[in-house]
Amino acid sequence: MEMFIMMLTIFVLAVFVGVEIINKVPPTLHTPLMSGTNAISGIVVVGAIISSGGSEHTTVLSTVLGVVAIALATINIVAGFMVTDRMLNMFKKK
Amino acid sequence: MEILINFGYLIAAILFILGIKGMTTPKTAVRGNQMSAIGMLIAVVAALLDYNVVDYTWIIVGVLIGGILGAVLAKKIAMTDMPEMVAALNGVGGGASLLVAAANYLESQKLAEMGKFVPTYDWSIAVILSILIGAVTLTGSLIAVGKLKGKIGDAKKVGLFKAIVKVVLLTLVVGAGYFAYVDPLNSDILIAGMIILCLVLGVCLVMPIGGADMPVVVSLLNSYSGLAGASAGFVLGNNGLIITGSLVGASGIILTSIMCKAMNRSLTNVLFGGSMAASAGVSKSENDAFYDGKVKYSSADEVAMLLDNAQKVVFVPGYGLAVAQAQHATRELANMLEARGVNVKYAIHPVAGRMPGHMNVLLAEAEVPYDQLVEMDTINPEFSQTDVSIVLGANDVVNPAAAKDPQSPIYGMPILNVHNSKTVVVVKRGLSPGFAGIPNELLIRDNSLMVAGDAKKVLQDMIGALKDL
Repeated sequence: MEMFIMMLTIFVLAVFVGVEIINKVPPTLHTPLMSGTNAISGIVVVGAIISSGGSEHTTVLSTVLGVVAIALATINIVAGFMVTDRMLNMFKKK
Repeated sequence: MEILINFGYLIAAILFILGIKGMTTPKTAVRGNQMSAIGMLIAVVAALLDYNVVDYTWIIVGVLIGGILGAVLAKKIAMTDMPEMVAALNGVGGGASLLVAAANYLESQKLAEMGKFVPTYDWSIAVILSILIGAVTLTGSLIAVGKLKGKIGDAKKVGLFKAIVKVVLLTLVVGAGYFAYVDPLNSDILIAGMIILCLVLGVCLVMPIGGADMPVVVSLLNSYSGLAGASAGFVLGNNGLIITGSLVGASGIILTSIMCKAMNRSLTNVLFGGSMAASAGVSKSENDAFYDGKVKYSSADEVAMLLDNAQKVVFVPGYGLAVAQAQHATRELANMLEARGVNVKYAIHPVAGRMPGHMNVLLAEAEVPYDQLVEMDTINPEFSQTDVSIVLGANDVVNPAAAKDPQSPIYGMPILNVHNSKTVVVVKRGLSPGFAGIPNELLIRDNSLMVAGDAKKVLQDMIGALKDL
């Protein structure tokens, strides 16, 4: 339970940080903001890597699920960052 | 090592926060995005160093498949299709979180057999939440993509979907209760069943929502994809996931509320109110009677003459502009006017595109400088000093009825006050109503001129006429 409270604390504080900075993003950049946050939500890849790294406690099914999860999360990361970069470069001042 | 790994996650989270902070101005945004990408690299390296990871083969396979697919997608996608892209990526993220939770459940069984894991209530609740949010985000996003593409129309049996949602939710509560309090480790079939139910739930939640409301849904699912990541963080006890997931969750919620405000609707009304057009639309004969003989038609040549004498011109682009692929023609006309000393601006309504900020991206692609793109609240007082406003493929967002007529279904929706400018030129194919399904009072006003035709064609004619003057 102690661990849970600590995680909850981090969660709530991070939400406040998120609200504070994201409110400052101008509407012009809202689409790149969405694709950029798409990319960083690919952070689940961390969980997927640990699940498919194949140590003693994994099963065949859990490894398969983990590998598919890695592939999906990597799509998010690569596509998200690349397409955001593509868009943001259009906004560069000429 | 454990300390070093957690330190890595912390650095990654800080880089994500600084990266989003970079997005607060267009100048620093590219660097901000690169900082986030470096943060992700650090997080991945930290995960690879985890003592649980002993075999890299499958990890490399997964990364290669995902990386190639992602890169191709990012290179090929057209800017007009960005809403579909973001919706699809939301779904992919939700799917990944769902799978991580399921894999963790299976591993925890094994660990418990070895006596290294004792299930707790908060662990079981986190597993259920991950499955719920992940699965709903996955299928909900797929339906949203279909609706954005126009492949899935507005549902007629709204009541049926709502009934299914209620039944599924009730079943899930019972299932979750059994899982958490009775038998968290031998519930394979229960978990599989709940995953299927949650997938069905995602479909039934998004199906009844009208296609015109998809910007709100995409923003909300963006938030869900973050929350799915955060709940996976609770399952794994990983702070990096929790921080990042909550940042994304906050971002999506803010964008959702901006979209709702721009349409003057509450989130509950969007989610459970059914399609707006279905309830409020007028028939074709009513529409014709509204406009009958009251619309003044003009031509590209006449508008060119108007523009020749103008000092200040405001373009009001709507999604119709992107459909007609007329961004570049707009930019060309604007360039010509600027060369003649005309003050040119673009008025951007928050729901001008099909997702937050979409119109800005489409115009930026046509090399319109971003400092000419002006938000609604800033440009509205300027319309009274504007000589000519040119409305291109926008409809409901310039309907004065939203400000004056309490009977109108869009009453209270913030609009661009183009009707205050000296002359309003509306370029439109015909007199058909917009998303709200109602006729536009703007067109029968004394200072309005209608130029019928395809936006790109009309703009090119104007450019030609202006050259000849």
